[in-house]
Amino acid sequence: MSDSTDKVRAYTVRLELVDRPGELLRALEPIADQGGNLLSIFHERGNLTPRGHIPVEVDLEANTEQFDEIVAALQEEGINVIQAGAERYSEEIVIILVGHLVDTDLSHTLSLLQEETGTSVRDFSLSAPEGESGESSARLRLATQSGQVEDVLGTVREIAGEKDLRVVEPLAGGEA
Amino acid sequence: MKLAVVGAGAVGSSVVELAGEYGHTVTALADSQSAAVDAAGIDVEAVLEHKRTEGVVGAEAKTAALDAEYDVLVEATPTTLGDAEPGFGHVETALERDRHVVLANKGPVAERYGELQALAAASDGEIRFEATVGGAIPILSTITDFDAKHITAVRGVLNGTANFILSRMAAEGLGYEHVLAEAQDLGVAEADPTFDVEGTDAALKCVIIANVLAEGEHEYTLDDATVEGIHELPASALELAKADGRTIRLIGEVSSDTVRVSPRLVPKDSALAVTGTRNIVQLETTHAGRLNISGRGAGGPETASAIFADIGRLGSR
Repeated sequence: MSDSTDKVRAYTVRLELVDRPGELLRALEPIADQGGNLLSIFHERGNLTPRGHIPVEVDLEANTEQFDEIVAALQEEGINVIQAGAERYSEEIVIILVGHLVDTDLSHTLSLLQEETGTSVRDFSLSAPEGESGESSARLRLATQSGQVEDVLGTVREIAGEKDLRVVEPLAGGEA
Repeated sequence: MKLAVVGAGAVGSSVVELAGEYGHTVTALADSQSAAVDAAGIDVEAVLEHKRTEGVVGAEAKTAALDAEYDVLVEATPTTLGDAEPGFGHVETALERDRHVVLANKGPVAERYGELQALAAASDGEIRFEATVGGAIPILSTITDFDAKHITAVRGVLNGTANFILSRMAAEGLGYEHVLAEAQDLGVAEADPTFDVEGTDAALKCVIIANVLAEGEHEYTLDDATVEGIHELPASALELAKADGRTIRLIGEVSSDTVRVSPRLVPKDSALAVTGTRNIVQLETTHAGRLNISGRGAGGPETASAIFADIGRLGSR
């Protein structure tokens, strides 16, 4: 019944492992279990993270759904996932704001967003094809702490509402 | 089985045309003004031809179809909000006569679910409404088969018109009004696209899903849904999404106590980023992970297929 048209892509996952026998195998199992294809492992024994763990970099191939499952499975196993894909996992939210962004004082909007949500704007792109007075769109990459995504989005909605802007949110809990 | 079909639009006409193929006899067909009734089976071709040339299906009063001889009433009149009339009244009449009812009309199921179930409980007839959500895609029956208690969330693309507009805008970099006009030319969008582009249609489907998931412990109506449509979304928003490997889709979500429809960012190669008029639903299950079901979510023969599936399930439980 599945109609997944997902393409298989290469991903890099950075993990922090506790220095204990069997940890590496435990971290690799979810990848195989979810149908991912292991490409390479860079196991930096001798090098320790600030928390005293061993950093491991794993390259693998999977489709997005498998990849989501792999990261979820690793987290379920209690394995610390520092970075997954190109982004810091569960620490970044991408949103698009739509409306009279320039007219409503864009820099004020951005600083309000940072202050009220406790996030930092990592990346910002504006598209204003109708010029400064027309409707425009902005894509924001907000860095936040894990577990705070829903709160942050709630605050973003409030701020956007005050400025009569629309927010296109990512799909939480889904594949976004 | 003997079928009485109320509603002679794309869905009702397809049911009448295909009924013979599924081994059923159509004893009545009604449109908004008239009815054609024959206990031995109406002459389908003649009746549809009459509708094309004269604008009405027959010479009898519309109520004659409801009073006719039939085992199953197929309710395929246009969806209405609030009291969901006249659809609700049609269902009531049939259940009071202890007849089965299969609905394609979302109104009664989304707006008066509790009353509908009470009427069915007091009747020897059953009600089924797979065709109200996602056209040909077996969504409600899959939820029932898995057992609602083992489905934790449902999300998906449930409106083909909105999805067509968004996927065309993203693929061609065209503006909202331009693509809407194109969709209307192609017959993908109606002359009044409000229901589709403002998210109401998707929200009604989500409300129906929520009612099925709640199993009578809580009743949902359109008022319980948070709804935001795609109306006048600028092309620049889709461009920015695309530049980041994402796209925007009108997503309906049903999870613990919340029903929400809104345009959302999804990875461009995610299963939810279906293109054109295609629909998709993701079910999150307690023991089997995620289930994706996709296919044609609208259209006469597609929706009629779901109606015949429902007719086949009648009396089997």
